[in-house]
Amino acid sequence: MAANELPGALAGIRVVELAGEASAYAGLLLAGMGAEVVVVEPSDGHHTRGFDPFLNDEPDPERSLWWWHYNASKLGVTLDLGKEDDRDRFRSLVATADVVLESERPGRLADLGIDHDTLRADHPELIWVSLTPFGRSGPRSQEESIDLTVLAAGGPVWSCGYDDHAIPPQRGGGNQGYQTGSIFAVLSVQTALLARDRTGQGQFVDVNMHAAANVTTEFGSVQWLVAGDEVQRQTGRHAAVEPTTFTRALSVDGIDVNTGFPPRSARDFSVVVEWMESLGLRDQFEEFFFLEMGAQLEEDLHLSQVGQDPEVTAMFGAAREAVRFIAQNITAYEFFIGAQERGLAVGIIYSPEEVLADPHFKERGFPVEVEHEDLGRSFTYVGAPYIAPKSPYRIRHRAPHVGEHNQILEALS
Amino acid sequence: MKSEALSHIRICDFTGQLAGAGATRWMAAFGAEIIRIEDPVRLGKWDVLRGTSPFVDERRGHEFGGCFNNHNVEKLGITLNLRTERGKELLTEIIAVSDAVTENFAAGVLERLGFGYDRLKEIKPDILYVSNCGFGHVGPYRKYKTWGPIVQACCGLTFTSGLPDMPSAGWGYSYMDHHGGNFMAMAIMAGLIHRSRTGEGQWIDMSCTDAGATMLGPAVLDYTANGRPLRRDGMPNSNRSQFPAMAPHGIYEADGHDSWLALAARDDRDWNAIAGLMAIDDRRFDDLAGRLAYEDELDDAVRRWTSALDRFEAAAELQTLGVPAAGVAKPVDRIDNDPNTEAWGLWPTVTHGEMGRVRVDGIPAHFSETDWVLECGGPLLGQHNRQILGGLLGYSDADLADLAAEGVI
Ligand SMILES: CC(C)(COP(=O)(O)OP(=O)(O)OC[C@H]1O[C@@H](n2cnc3c(N)ncnc32)[C@H](O)[C@@H]1OP(=O)(O)O)[C@@H](O)C(=O)NCCC(=O)NCCS
Repeated sequence: MAANELPGALAGIRVVELAGEASAYAGLLLAGMGAEVVVVEPSDGHHTRGFDPFLNDEPDPERSLWWWHYNASKLGVTLDLGKEDDRDRFRSLVATADVVLESERPGRLADLGIDHDTLRADHPELIWVSLTPFGRSGPRSQEESIDLTVLAAGGPVWSCGYDDHAIPPQRGGGNQGYQTGSIFAVLSVQTALLARDRTGQGQFVDVNMHAAANVTTEFGSVQWLVAGDEVQRQTGRHAAVEPTTFTRALSVDGIDVNTGFPPRSARDFSVVVEWMESLGLRDQFEEFFFLEMGAQLEEDLHLSQVGQDPEVTAMFGAAREAVRFIAQNITAYEFFIGAQERGLAVGIIYSPEEVLADPHFKERGFPVEVEHEDLGRSFTYVGAPYIAPKSPYRIRHRAPHVGEHNQILEALS
Repeated sequence: MKSEALSHIRICDFTGQLAGAGATRWMAAFGAEIIRIEDPVRLGKWDVLRGTSPFVDERRGHEFGGCFNNHNVEKLGITLNLRTERGKELLTEIIAVSDAVTENFAAGVLERLGFGYDRLKEIKPDILYVSNCGFGHVGPYRKYKTWGPIVQACCGLTFTSGLPDMPSAGWGYSYMDHHGGNFMAMAIMAGLIHRSRTGEGQWIDMSCTDAGATMLGPAVLDYTANGRPLRRDGMPNSNRSQFPAMAPHGIYEADGHDSWLALAARDDRDWNAIAGLMAIDDRRFDDLAGRLAYEDELDDAVRRWTSALDRFEAAAELQTLGVPAAGVAKPVDRIDNDPNTEAWGLWPTVTHGEMGRVRVDGIPAHFSETDWVLECGGPLLGQHNRQILGGLLGYSDADLADLAAEGVI
């Protein structure tokens, strides 16, 4: 069988997902791993079908690119959970499921008589994952919340922004508060499945988005937990207790790059010397002498000596400036490739669409074509987070139309 | 006490820093036996976090890195010098009794050490091997080394954070090291599930930049389907809502030093509540189209109300009206003063061999039957040599003394 036809790691696992803004990414990842994800929405379509952007900017429940992306590889059924008949169908559907994934407000499903507590007795092997802004039972569990407030209350926003603190801190794009919660929901499903292999028992998992944001801020939390220090945001680099110097440069084509850690070893200094010379920049760089000095180092520069020992400080500063100077004199892509081929870890600041055009991502098969036979064409989507040759992650097909797979429900009765 | 969820799984683990260590951290919290292997010659300092700040006190050195402790809780640590034949033999014995081998060295390092996938399979035919590096093991950039900020730059995430006509603000921390670790855990568990169904191992090639790029799907589709790039005038403007459109949607000045309030109107109902509370009476803002067209003026009007108020009190007032709002939390707010993180048990205290009792990041999911346990701190260098080489592989204390004398452990 060709690798792209092999079943995924979760083949044979049925996930029933109640359509939700925050859990959609979790369902997408599980479906990418081969689970049969049945997304349940109301008969007039879930409200996220109203999210822009729309294909050709024409609002339509079948043209939301948001819906397309997050619901690819899933099957779609419609149930109006306000109606008893449909609740019965939901119960029958759950009876066929390995996993239920939902992001309903705590209490809603209990009020409808279709929560885990009500259904567990009949399905001891069922895994039920609930994803909510603050968890199901804490004092803040009933707060109104969206991606923005999850990230503001959970720590990420405090660490992101500009050196100038008159500018508001920033919330990075892409609904990362929801997605972070979703990622932990996926890990929870997998962990509960592995546990079930051993015990035969399912369980309930309470995933908390605010907690998820809190424990994914690196130094923002650890610095406080360990040393009681508060980090401060800085333009384009890690929020830190003590200010750090720049890591950004603007290249000649107007694209930003990340210049990484400055050289510290003789090897790194020599490659910067060689690179500057080959670009003919030597004479324009006043501190070239210190780079040549660095190339003679017997031991790596120690960060603790910077600011203490004047020679070390001069070499370190020159190296940092030299890398920036190079970046300012060539294109961002030339800089990225030129530095990395020389063993210096730097990056190009791509916008999301530029990633898909990059030759590396293409060679890995990262951009994938998804057929929309209903529109008579295909579209390019982001692909797999990893390459698993025996159990590939892949987008199996386009997102479902409203009620497209309702035959799944008919088969139940 | 350990969690029972993954107690049947043993991993021969070379991961470190955060992008790798985070993967086996999750699994350790759920009871998997993680045998982390470090290089005794370099005192384990390939993992730079072993000896870098934050520190609990004035002590320094490879046993005092605060992040190392945080990222390696509940793991076992052994030392093996893989430059030696004896070290390679011991590693072979560990692999033979493991379910998976995991690493986040630069691409090709493990192969150079003599343990490429072909060799791993020889040792244990159904072994799962998961490698994780910035650009994966396939593709023209496979040799490139990365740290979190480099990954974030190259996958599009850095670009999404910031203001128009300003440099990218980016992520003020290694967001993609956390999620590099989480996606790696996903890859490991997917591989283990496949193996338990089919008996088949494999080499999963994880690339942090691929993983990061999966997190920007709608923006990418807006380009591939509509031809609208995110690199365009006026974009990004990250505190505003991208998808779906909302206004107001932002982070506004509040009273006090570096104090900020996040709030948004999801719909007209939210807006009417906000307008009533803030006494904003302006017909231009009646519907979403108007609020988006005059968003600068709208933001000014909102700021006039927020700037005089305490961020938490203002958020509470908005919450009473059913409007999503939150004060931008500083570390002290969310770690020491938030009743919800406390009720969750989000900051458990672990015991580390040198640092003593230290609080660490908890796990944002609670399991009804096999919940996580975080009690032991990150391992000291070689702390579990006796438990693993003695207990698991059966070497005597005298053997261990010889191995130490020969520079193998
Ligand atoms: C993090 C990173 C940049 C560090 O680079 P580095 O310090 O040059 O380390 P490398 O991974 O290239 O190499 C590790 C070296 O330690 C050696 N080593 C590791 N464990 C060893 C052991 N137990 N015994 C002997 N040698 C060992 C390896 O053989 C290798 O040496 P070599 O290059 O001479 O073969 C790099 O490992 C990397 O790109 N990793 C993937 C991305 C990543 O996870 N980044 C960190 C994000 S938090």
